[in-house]
Amino acid sequence: MIEVLYFSWLRERIGTNREQIHTSAATVGDLIKELAAMDEGHALAFADRTSLRVALDQELADFSAPLAGVREVAFFPPMTGG
Amino acid sequence: MMRLSVQENAFDFGAEANAFAAGAAGAGAIVTFTGLVRDDGGAVQGLMIEHYPGMTERAIAAMMTEAFRRFGLLDALVIHRFGRLGPADAIMMVATAAAHRADAFAAAEFLMDYLKSRAPFWKQEIGPQGAKWVAAKVQDETALKRW
Repeated sequence: MIEVLYFSWLRERIGTNREQIHTSAATVGDLIKELAAMDEGHALAFADRTSLRVALDQELADFSAPLAGVREVAFFPPMTGG
Repeated sequence: MMRLSVQENAFDFGAEANAFAAGAAGAGAIVTFTGLVRDDGGAVQGLMIEHYPGMTERAIAAMMTEAFRRFGLLDALVIHRFGRLGPADAIMMVATAAAHRADAFAAAEFLMDYLKSRAPFWKQEIGPQGAKWVAAKVQDETALKRW
């Protein structure tokens, strides 16, 4: 069981800011494939992966990063702070 | 020594700058920067800023630690707001204290460049036609390459 968080327009497209997912995905990329197949909102949110960023347990990571031991995965668009 | 605050409330830039200067023992240079909400000629009525509680603080603390290491800072302050802001409201401020101005300026720029694209904030502009997410700029990403 993994906690998946969404921010900004990913949150809006998916319609929730967090969900618990049962998954056996080995990497972030595998998890994205599973999530994108869930419904139309998820498919839309994950359609353009160039504008997608991911954090594993609150640290930025790559799509190839392994999910073993990870409790919290967050997906969001490029950040616009400052 | 450093202070970091991620907050919804407004802050008093003058009071924060004075308190920072008073606490920066041994500093010969203090640089402050504050970013305001632009109204873009009336096209922007305000901002809604979302963030990732927990990761935001961790990411900014890591940037500040790196700035201390690179520029030999004596002190640093970052305040960044989230929630609803109006035109001309202060969004955030950075203050750096060093022995000499070159390091204080460079550290402030370093922190600003990292805050732009490595701190998990997302800005939404509120305008006459509704709300629109602000897209990240390519320049913000390339700005990191100079460090």
